[in-house]
Amino acid sequence: MTGMGKAETSPAGANGSAKIRLRGVEKHFFVRGRRVDALATLDLDIRSGEFFCIVGPSGCGKTTLLRILAGLVGRSAGTIEVVRDSDEATTARGTATARPLNSMVFQEASIFPWMNVRDNVAFGLKARGFDRRDRYAIADPYIRNVGLGGFEDALPHQLSGGMKQRVSIARALANDPELLLMDEPFAALDEQTKLLLQAELLRIWEESRKTVLYVTHSIDEAIVLADRILVMSARPGRVKDIIDVASVFGRPRQVDAVKSSPHYGEVFGRVWGLLRDEVTAAREEEDRRNAKD
Amino acid sequence: MPKTETPQPLPGQAATGSVSDAGGFGGRALTPSESSETVPWHRRRGFERALSVLSPILIIAIWELGARAGVIDIRFFPAPSRIFQSFLEMLRPTEDYPRGELLTHFGDSLGRIVIGFVLGAVPGIAIGLAMGLIGWVRALIQPLVDGTYPIPKIAILPLFIMLLGIGEESKYAIIAVAVIYQVLINTVAGVRNIDRIYLDVGKNFHASRLMMFLDVALPGALPVILTGLKLGMGVALLVIVSAEFVGAKSGIGYLIWSSWQVFQIEKMYVGLLLSATLGFGSAILLNYLEQKLVPWKPR
Repeated sequence: MTGMGKAETSPAGANGSAKIRLRGVEKHFFVRGRRVDALATLDLDIRSGEFFCIVGPSGCGKTTLLRILAGLVGRSAGTIEVVRDSDEATTARGTATARPLNSMVFQEASIFPWMNVRDNVAFGLKARGFDRRDRYAIADPYIRNVGLGGFEDALPHQLSGGMKQRVSIARALANDPELLLMDEPFAALDEQTKLLLQAELLRIWEESRKTVLYVTHSIDEAIVLADRILVMSARPGRVKDIIDVASVFGRPRQVDAVKSSPHYGEVFGRVWGLLRDEVTAAREEEDRRNAKD
Repeated sequence: MPKTETPQPLPGQAATGSVSDAGGFGGRALTPSESSETVPWHRRRGFERALSVLSPILIIAIWELGARAGVIDIRFFPAPSRIFQSFLEMLRPTEDYPRGELLTHFGDSLGRIVIGFVLGAVPGIAIGLAMGLIGWVRALIQPLVDGTYPIPKIAILPLFIMLLGIGEESKYAIIAVAVIYQVLINTVAGVRNIDRIYLDVGKNFHASRLMMFLDVALPGALPVILTGLKLGMGVALLVIVSAEFVGAKSGIGYLIWSSWQVFQIEKMYVGLLLSATLGFGSAILLNYLEQKLVPWKPR
């Protein structure tokens, strides 16, 4: 089993526009001696600079896929290839200039309660060996960009839930990763805050055009944010279909404009149509399992 | 943009009107319905606070009056005023004690505790962190800890006196040993109970092993480490007084024991008062330390 750390990398240009290339990626684990397949043979190409959303019924392995990409769990089979934007970084691996392959924005509160906002945002930079002055100089604009200017010295317990997720986003962005991984970052927030942060995320993403892999259980959120939406099947997770949203809603995008568009219901219907059977299947399987226990 | 989200108060304002402060002496916060208008007098916070201050004063007053009236046997319970008088006498420098008897004993015990505590706490935290983070270190050390922890620490005093002599070294050693167990065990528990998510963040951001130690594990475990330090201090006070009973020529334990042997009961009570002061003072100090080091801990 190999994590992301050992994923092959190759310089840009050689592979056209594909940023990440997954071939035959599988994940299974054992529960009380019984083999459970979380991901069944996944083939996927994610384009450079694309906002790629993944939706699927709960337990379909979408978070597992993200955690494999983040190097937090190993995969059971398959290859993951990440194309670097430039080969500068590959040669400078392990030095302060090396760009990380990915940085993750987690679902739950993941910023360190013992560090102020500035040190939280600069955490990845510190790990990469930037000295204090350099990493603060890099982190501060990101803090302002997520709207937390003036809160640099505040501790997380003084911030609201939405502000904490802003810090988490700034921390991942300040690390300047090839790939931004986001695991339902707004799931725990209230509806209004979520709407605001979605708009913010769109604005910030528009500036950097980073490749983003975004896991969500909200169809609505996926439509608002994504260029393409991957609908995953019930466990074991595989590609059910990929829906092109970018051809319906262009960029730059306004959250309200998307939601009030006549095409919105149409796209929603298509995604839900694909998802409904899977959600039903997932629930039936769960019921069966509960009945057995 | 953050306009719509209400930030919580910044450090300077944190205390004002915060609910966590409402516990007071009773440790009971007022619920919204309990405004001062509707709460009966015997449940008001001011009344409870007054009771907490009054009860010790009342006990001392009864004791004093009882002793003077001959109701209480003053051979065992000398009047508080007599104990206080003895306290003042012991402050005076004498030939044997140029700094005064009281300060000499208090200072000697304090010095032993401070040195022994540091000697135990620092390696306790370091080894505990390593055990919490690194599987093979834990596998190596855990059985040694489990096997020796149940031994009452004072029981190894003879061994230490044999190895290190009757002097200060054996006192430092016995306190260090008493402290190290509490700190180590709590540090391991603290590291093991760090929210997995913080370790995931460290891993995802490629934090080095040193950063995992100093920026994640240590601060993450700090609330539990402080609990260990408090417990360690409690055991240290216990151990030093017992050690001074038998193996010392100064210190609070020595004062209590020698006063009892020559039946100077007032002095013995002064010794008790000193040990209480030491315990109280160290608790205040550690609580202050906790507030400074773990400002994010909900209180």
